[in-house]
Amino acid sequence: MVGTFSYKFDTPTFKGTSTFPTGLFINGKFVDPVEDATIDVINPTNAKVIGKVAIGSSRDVDIAVKVAQDAFDKSWGLNVAGSERGKLLWKLADLMEQNADELAALEALDVGKAYSVARNFDINGCIATLRYYAGWSDKDHGQTIETDENKLAYTRHEPIGVVGQIIPWNLPLVMMCWKIGPALATGNTIVLKPSEVTPLSALRMCSLVNEAGYPAGVVNIINGLGSTVGQAMSEHMGIEKIAFTGSTVTGRKIMEAAARTNLKNVTLELGGKSPNIIFDDAEIEQAVKWAAHGIYFNHGQACAAGSRIFVQAGIYDEFMKRFTAHSQALTLGDPFEPTTYQGPQVSQTQFDRIMNYIDSGKKDGAKVHIGGGRHGSEGYFIQPTIFTNCRPEMKIVKEEIFGPVAVVIKFTDEEDVVRQANDTAYGLASAIFTQNINLALRVAHKIQAGTVWINCTNFPEVNVPFGGYKQSGIGRELGEYALRNYTAVKAVHVNLGHKM
Amino acid sequence: MSPAPVEITVSATGRKITVPTGLFINNEFVASVDSKETIQTVNPATEEVICSIVAASAADIDVAVAAARKAFQTTWGKNVTGFERSRLINKLADLMERDAQELAELETLNNGKPVRVARDFDIGDSIQCLRYYAGWADKITGEASIDNKTKFAFTRHDPIGVCGQIIPWNYPINMWAWKVAPALACSCTIVMKPSELTPLTALKLSELVVEAGFPPGVLNTVPSYGSVGGAALSSHLDVDKVAFTGSTLTGRKIMEAAAKSNLKKVSLELGGKSPHIVFESADLDQAANWAALGILYNTGQDCTAGSRLFVQDTIYDKFIELLAQKAQALTISDGFAEAASGGPVVSKTQYDRVWSYIESGKAEGAKLLIGGQKRPGKGFFVDPTIFTDVKPTMKIVKEEIFGPVLSLAKFHSEEEVIALANDTSYGLGAGLHSKDANQCMRVSSALEAGTVWVNQYNMLNNNVPFGGKKQSGIGRELGSYALEEYTSIKAVHWNFGEKLDWPF
Repeated sequence: MVGTFSYKFDTPTFKGTSTFPTGLFINGKFVDPVEDATIDVINPTNAKVIGKVAIGSSRDVDIAVKVAQDAFDKSWGLNVAGSERGKLLWKLADLMEQNADELAALEALDVGKAYSVARNFDINGCIATLRYYAGWSDKDHGQTIETDENKLAYTRHEPIGVVGQIIPWNLPLVMMCWKIGPALATGNTIVLKPSEVTPLSALRMCSLVNEAGYPAGVVNIINGLGSTVGQAMSEHMGIEKIAFTGSTVTGRKIMEAAARTNLKNVTLELGGKSPNIIFDDAEIEQAVKWAAHGIYFNHGQACAAGSRIFVQAGIYDEFMKRFTAHSQALTLGDPFEPTTYQGPQVSQTQFDRIMNYIDSGKKDGAKVHIGGGRHGSEGYFIQPTIFTNCRPEMKIVKEEIFGPVAVVIKFTDEEDVVRQANDTAYGLASAIFTQNINLALRVAHKIQAGTVWINCTNFPEVNVPFGGYKQSGIGRELGEYALRNYTAVKAVHVNLGHKM
Repeated sequence: MSPAPVEITVSATGRKITVPTGLFINNEFVASVDSKETIQTVNPATEEVICSIVAASAADIDVAVAAARKAFQTTWGKNVTGFERSRLINKLADLMERDAQELAELETLNNGKPVRVARDFDIGDSIQCLRYYAGWADKITGEASIDNKTKFAFTRHDPIGVCGQIIPWNYPINMWAWKVAPALACSCTIVMKPSELTPLTALKLSELVVEAGFPPGVLNTVPSYGSVGGAALSSHLDVDKVAFTGSTLTGRKIMEAAAKSNLKKVSLELGGKSPHIVFESADLDQAANWAALGILYNTGQDCTAGSRLFVQDTIYDKFIELLAQKAQALTISDGFAEAASGGPVVSKTQYDRVWSYIESGKAEGAKLLIGGQKRPGKGFFVDPTIFTDVKPTMKIVKEEIFGPVLSLAKFHSEEEVIALANDTSYGLGAGLHSKDANQCMRVSSALEAGTVWVNQYNMLNNNVPFGGKKQSGIGRELGSYALEEYTSIKAVHWNFGEKLDWPF
């Protein structure tokens, strides 16, 4: 019997009830998994269980893939004109807009982020993403290519078919829309696994998918563990493409599974240890604010977090004074309080992991400038933390912490800081603060990262591509570039006169 | 004092439609600043006057252009994001969809085409066109080069600026959508002059522009006589670009005026005398359907009308019999009649013009297969007319008639018909019917036309470009190509590392 999640919100920022089924969403309906199993949903603000959702196994993935393939063959794919696919995506965006407050509340409840951030950044970002890709649905043309007058050569950008998508817990709905937007625009059908840590908002989206008018089987949502459902998707012979956002460790497993089975196409958005380089001539007040945004946004749970802050010697003391004051003034609290900037980390596991890194920093001899401990006694709150006196070989400098922990390193020389910035296996994002445009562009062009932010941090646009160099990932999301992840190029050569 | 709107009752349906009668400038309907001239709009099915609207003078054009310029510099142009433009254009499409039936009835009243066609095709396509370009608004990209270590060179696709748009009377709403959608997507502002014959739906659509939320001055609508409003826009020193659809004759005047004034950018969609070829391997029944559609759709008032039909000699007799049947199966009547496939031609002037061509065909010795008789009674109705035994020198073969009048000729070989087809100063559309793929490729390649239909005719898609070769026009509408008409490329060379030695 398919369960129901119901939650009554009575908070200063949102009042209302959210109710929806918690089964697996396959073929347009909520169903029980083949083998009964559930997972608890925990509110990270107080560590309390607020409900449970069904989780699937590889057998449910099999069912979903069959259904998705059927939909692709009969009621989706190239059976539906691009303009019609665009219309449905636009409608889904409209529905998200109509239900924006409730979706934001679910996200704030499940992830622990501030309601105002969920509403203004996450949900608005989702709506913009879906609308952007709606517009691409009828515009991804192939080419006609001149060879000679006896041959007509052209390319088709065809949808791949059934695509697997695995999304993380840090921005659940945003990550869902970054994935389904381009996939649906180009005519693919989807089997999507939300994170088992934050399964709620994807479930709420299912009825909107139906209401938007998508044929049954086009979008299928299977909650479950990475080791079962995620693994099954990565190995599935009926899935020709898998897209994953999450840790580099898991990304490797997915790519290995793909290689071992049917060599399915793989795109990965993985971790980062992004450098934020602040030069002497930076506009200091802005640099402080953006640096804080770079590391504390989403409680440090952002793949592109500017977690290594390099500050040039001439500005170091002034920067640290202001950055410290700014960080200490951040308000931690209940996500639904209007004054809250930072909520809890998403789970006990994440909390423990971050605290371990903080301990390792202390053990390695780095100085805790501020923070370094738990905030409060309830929920998974961690104080905004700044480490100084760091050395490049320390774990806190090399490894991704994914928490509100800034590592600050003094530098003098431009060439040396570029070398240090690039001295990482990662390459997701980077930031440069300076008033000297020549310097900014010179350094930007030398950084090995998929995104360089100049005089800003963590400031994406739906129409600008995002993705990693090196071990931060394969492929790009957002912008026109994302379409390439979900289309296969077929070249057609029509001989109209050459004789053998 | 702003002019009062009129309430029009559509007698066939009982619907009451309120139509604004003033000039639409800065999101308001206003009187002329210096003129009392009006335009009488006429119902071509009944020959009765529908209502009177304000006719813009040259001074009113100045006011509209100033409003468009101000909006471009303050609330539009580079002051609005592609995301916001996308949202507004989509909203406009939603509103058009909501009001589709009312707009269709108004279109039929003023233009004569069947309501069903106006609603499902003209307006249906227009809504799709708006949505298509809404999707482009946040996807205008330039190029960025990486070749140089000390210079960053990139292009910006800036909006051109204030655009004068002059549209014809044959597809008033559809031509409106083709023009405003890409211009707004690229962030240009507009002074729109609808045809003085069919201005009512453009005025009604202006109300939706306000409701959708466009800032004042972004889109202005100034019905006026071509020699007044059209001439003023073409020669205006503060208009950056003029886009025109209409006759080749007027197109020349616009291009001359543009050249003489400020060398404003010009795009033109002009006339055609499009060849339509039926080869012996064609599916004859289908070819006859498409051929009939090609000359009779919109009562032949289509720039791409397949008005010169060439039929291969081996199938000639069989084909012309089929074609005559197809043509006679259509009902040409008042647009509000359920069975109507076509309506009257749009005006007395057009009616007289079409008939003078029919008379010249008879006089020059062409033979009438069907048609050629005037209908008694009210309404500018012209029945399907097919001339055979035509010669390339005849007026009906060389000149654009813009009515349901077809010239039909026999041909023997592929080379011959290609030469005949291309023997025209026009180059807008062309069609061919054949089951031989190699022939289809050869002939479609050889035909000098901006659009070539293979085993089809007339059907366009919003994401495929449309426009003329030779004297049928300059530039392309629809598809991504239309964006080029409304963007102006700026190249930026940003030196961040090179020092200049002196003396060099």
